[in-house]
Amino acid sequence: MCRRENNDLSGNDVVQSFITGSGSFPTFASLNSQLRILVLSLLPSTISDPKNLGTVLHFIYLSSGEGMGGGIRQLLEQVHRLSRRCLFRVLSMGPLPTHLAFIMDGNRRYAKKRGLEDGSGHKAGFSALMSMLQYCYELGIKYVTVYAFSIDNFRRKPEEVQSLMDLMLEKIKSLLDKESIVHEYGIRVYFIGNLGLLNDQVRAAAEEVMKATAKNSRVVLLVCVAYNSTDEIVQAVKRSCVDKADRDVERIQLVDIEENMQMSVAPEPDILIRSSGETRLSNFLLWQTGNSQLFSPDALWPEIGLRHLVWAILNFQRSHSYLEKKKKQL
Amino acid sequence: MLSLLSCFLSLLSFLVHSCIRPWTQAKISLKDEKEIDEGTSYVAGEEETPKGLLREQMPRHVAVIMDGNRRWAERAGLLTSQGHEAGAERLIEFAELCFKLGIETVSAFAFSTENWGRHKIEVNCLMSLFQRYLKSKIHFFQSEEIRVSVIGNLEKIPESLLGTIKETEEATKRYKKKHLILAIDYSGRFDILHACKSIVKKSQQGLIREEDVDQTLFERELLTKCTEFPSPDLLIRTSGEQRISNFLLWQLAYTELFFSPVLWPDFDKDRVIEALVSYQSRERRFGCRI
Repeated sequence: MCRRENNDLSGNDVVQSFITGSGSFPTFASLNSQLRILVLSLLPSTISDPKNLGTVLHFIYLSSGEGMGGGIRQLLEQVHRLSRRCLFRVLSMGPLPTHLAFIMDGNRRYAKKRGLEDGSGHKAGFSALMSMLQYCYELGIKYVTVYAFSIDNFRRKPEEVQSLMDLMLEKIKSLLDKESIVHEYGIRVYFIGNLGLLNDQVRAAAEEVMKATAKNSRVVLLVCVAYNSTDEIVQAVKRSCVDKADRDVERIQLVDIEENMQMSVAPEPDILIRSSGETRLSNFLLWQTGNSQLFSPDALWPEIGLRHLVWAILNFQRSHSYLEKKKKQL
Repeated sequence: MLSLLSCFLSLLSFLVHSCIRPWTQAKISLKDEKEIDEGTSYVAGEEETPKGLLREQMPRHVAVIMDGNRRWAERAGLLTSQGHEAGAERLIEFAELCFKLGIETVSAFAFSTENWGRHKIEVNCLMSLFQRYLKSKIHFFQSEEIRVSVIGNLEKIPESLLGTIKETEEATKRYKKKHLILAIDYSGRFDILHACKSIVKKSQQGLIREEDVDQTLFERELLTKCTEFPSPDLLIRTSGEQRISNFLLWQLAYTELFFSPVLWPDFDKDRVIEALVSYQSRERRFGCRI
């Protein structure tokens, strides 16, 4: 390795040497330990010049591309996945929820907190959603429902609504990509809500995704868009009225309303998670969450992570036996 | 890797948390960072707004799920019936305090439709408790000018209790400023089903058309039509459970929820103020941006 006269390593020199492939340098197979030594040895000089460490990290990023055959990033991902699998094995020893629902709150506050431009928060929120879906489906949770856009949200500023619609269109279309999570996990996607309130493009894209995934049966994703629960209930009641118009009104039962609910394609959520610390339902799944465990971590939605999911499930497992006992009383 | 490490740390802290500390912590948010007044009893005749609260930001309607009577009795070495007695007494004090603070409507989940599944002795004890309390408090309600309404299915409750309910409602129906709503044999789904049946009936009678059915019309058919403010601003649930348990489902669409680990008979004035302080610190957006 190149060394300066004072024995401090120069990050730039090392990176250049790695890239040019000098014969005295180690093979890629032993790169990890060398890089560890490199990073550790660079720490003292990093204190005086943070660019050194930045350069090494940039090299790590470059070397993790496909051109370098594998890469540290892939290795780290494998380690992460394996560790996650172990963790999920531990969690699976207790009862697991069948259906999780999320209120994805806090995207805009996240963007403001990070000094990002408007709209970036929602993009970060989408990434967080993809991660959360991956964790849920790896854990074996069959149904996941997300509150993407409420009917009340149409009352926001027109620019914000349009920006959200554009983002939604882009992301809905991306679900049809071969590399998308839909194909990876065999997800059946439902769009739940008053889709007639959406613009033609978004509605058409949503319908296309529903049709394309109709045969998937492993896991289910329900995206509530142009949705609110009171609207869902009123529509279900209207449909029940039409069905029972010619019959004795006293014979109308709960099941008649339930089967007309759009959310009847899934069982009731076991846990409802709302991010950003707010503790309210905001007109989401009012009928379905009567007996759901509510969990509201303080993290803004783009900050939500595996640890929040784990905590929610541990909460659920703790009260599960008590809830099962109560159900038997009914 | 960092997220995984934090997961394992979460697992460890969960084990510590559940073994040593109460399961959930009530969120406390104080204005002016001042301490909540000490004391476990209500001050009779108090009308001043406690420190940390703003009178003009009081909720108009507070709902409560009075959970924890049986556990309280068990911990105190008392009978379950004594736990419910303590709970009933606590409700009266709670309602009194709310009214003194300027809250107009108080709803309490006294008996759920699902509670019929409890042991018959406990159910009979509860029915008897409701009757005894309502009967004994009629003069109190009248002297304090509190209107009392009871909402629920009411088809399975004893005739004697039904009679007492009607008597209490009749004796207090003229009062406007303070309203105590007791949900007995109530379930949120039953309420919605009841509204649905009412709409179908009116539709069959030609009183309404199907296209006129919207959220406003629907809300007028719910059992909470007895109040001008059917939707609570704040729902408090005690004993640490974080669930709605089928109480006022439709009406809770935008309600702020407050979960306290304290058992209901211990939910004293300080705890009420904690809940109200938490409520007043929240930013309510109703789906829009403020």
